[in-house]
Amino acid sequence: MVMNTLWRPFGSSVLEPFGFSDPTWLADSLAEMNRLSAEMDRMFRRFGLSDRPELPAVAYPALDLWQDDNCVYVEAELPGMDIGDLEIYVTGGDQLTIRGERKPPAVEKGTWHRQERGYGQFSRLLTLPCPVKTDEVEAHLKDGVLTITLPKCDAAKPRRLAIKAE
Amino acid sequence: MARDLMKRETNGNVAVAERTRNAVTYTPRFDIVETEGELVLYGDLPGVSKDNLDVRFENGQLTIQGTVEPRHADHEFLYGEYGIGDFYRSFSISEDIDAEKISAELHNGVLTLHLPKAEAVRPRKIAVKAG
Repeated sequence: MVMNTLWRPFGSSVLEPFGFSDPTWLADSLAEMNRLSAEMDRMFRRFGLSDRPELPAVAYPALDLWQDDNCVYVEAELPGMDIGDLEIYVTGGDQLTIRGERKPPAVEKGTWHRQERGYGQFSRLLTLPCPVKTDEVEAHLKDGVLTITLPKCDAAKPRRLAIKAE
Repeated sequence: MARDLMKRETNGNVAVAERTRNAVTYTPRFDIVETEGELVLYGDLPGVSKDNLDVRFENGQLTIQGTVEPRHADHEFLYGEYGIGDFYRSFSISEDIDAEKISAELHNGVLTLHLPKAEAVRPRKIAVKAG
């Protein structure tokens, strides 16, 4: 009975004064839990304990991320989005946020036979493998595929070390 | 919402003979809405350009096939949460469709298909005369 009274995460007047009813708080906590679980998966995968060919995404949008010596690249499939509807920013040098809202098609009244596509707001934050030049980040959207190019900070680029012969 | 938006693999339900380039084929997600005059389909086909899309309507069978250029051939991923592959889906349309008037539009990776119903099956309001 005590649990019933206390566990009311949504619309609870008891929790509201502490700001817990703020939906972003909930979303952030969930995102953090998702992130931890993804990190675990990645760890297992690195040690060959996971047989999955690729990891399912933990949040929308699913991301592919790779890098070369100069840049980090992030790609996401975001069909139906315009670049103007997306908010992309880097904070703290290595925290990338992709945020936006996918709107449902404007349809006059009719009967829905299938509704498989999802809509709504999304936000995804990820930590990049190294600090990037925040001012030089570029994003392109083509055929519903978003590509973000993030040039690495000079300190993060690989450097060939001169080895002196004795 | 996140789960609804992810790509789904076809689990083998593909026209195998048509697969020539990509190893994986995905089933694109579709919304279908029927209004009085037409069926409208919305499909997510990220990465498919107009030239790589093939839409056919034959004997009540609507087939959508999108080819995606492989673009990650030599990347080693730090995150690899989705794969790249072609899209294939087919629908049986039971309504009588005016095949001549089907229109398709591809914008930002979303395919919108308008399938107008044949005149014969459109709902008609019958005027009732007073006797």
